[in-house]
Amino acid sequence: MTSRIGVVTFPGTLDDQDALRAARLAGAEPVSLWHRDKDLKQVDAVVLAGGFSYGDYLRAGAISRFSPVMETVVEQARAGMPVLGICNGFQILTEAHLLPGAMLRNDHLHFVCRDQRLRVENADTAWTADYEQGQEISVPLKNMDGRYVADERTLDELEAEGRVAFRYLDVNPNGSLRDIAGITNAAGNVVGLMPHPEHAVEPLVGTGRTDGLGFFTSILKKLVNA
Amino acid sequence: MARVVVDVMLKPEILDPQGQAVQRALPRLGFEGIADVRQGKRFELDVEGPVDDAALARIHEMAETFLANTVIEDFVVKVEEA
Repeated sequence: MTSRIGVVTFPGTLDDQDALRAARLAGAEPVSLWHRDKDLKQVDAVVLAGGFSYGDYLRAGAISRFSPVMETVVEQARAGMPVLGICNGFQILTEAHLLPGAMLRNDHLHFVCRDQRLRVENADTAWTADYEQGQEISVPLKNMDGRYVADERTLDELEAEGRVAFRYLDVNPNGSLRDIAGITNAAGNVVGLMPHPEHAVEPLVGTGRTDGLGFFTSILKKLVNA
Repeated sequence: MARVVVDVMLKPEILDPQGQAVQRALPRLGFEGIADVRQGKRFELDVEGPVDDAALARIHEMAETFLANTVIEDFVVKVEEA
């Protein structure tokens, strides 16, 4: 039996289908989860996909965080279940305080959409074990509120503990402090990043590379070996 | 009905590019002498029943957990005189 990877759909989520497809291509059983259901349908891991849940009203991720499904996701994540937040999903994870810091409007005030080079800074998390430490990957990035901020003490703590999981290369596309593209919690089961690995899993589309597939093969290996 | 206002502002150390964009546009529109602009949010809450200590405590909790993200924002709760 293979592992079940759940993908949550909120009103305004856009990338749930791509995330489900990426999970399937990696060999997992993709499971759709609905924001109003507390039931996670016995999934082994959860992906919070990108988009504009609840229209980004109030703040990106601020309303989604209080949806019924998130009650269970937060509880299970604290108990060790792997959770990956991509883009809007990353914003939801910071609003839910599963990850430190917050996301703000891009410093240049424009929507950004580009192929983005990243460096994998931590290849020990549940979602990055199939990468090499320091590996450079290229995946699409598309966001309006992608500027990662946290106070200096939190940033120093993240750096010291190796919890900066991904860093932007070439350009800092949104003004994120210390070029941070993604972070992990201390346990390594909760990871959030702004760029979109689920859009880079097949050579035909996206960047023409499959650099993002490693997120999904990483988690699958971890679950199968668990 | 009593009104309570919650003002939410980005913390002073957080860069506010929207406020900066507004500030930069001002001279072009003939509004001189504005050194800095910070943009925030104002919530007007019409409260059912009396605005007593208990009601204000709940509104404070609401502001802290939902209306503001205290990682990046400060808030002020004010009761508006009728």
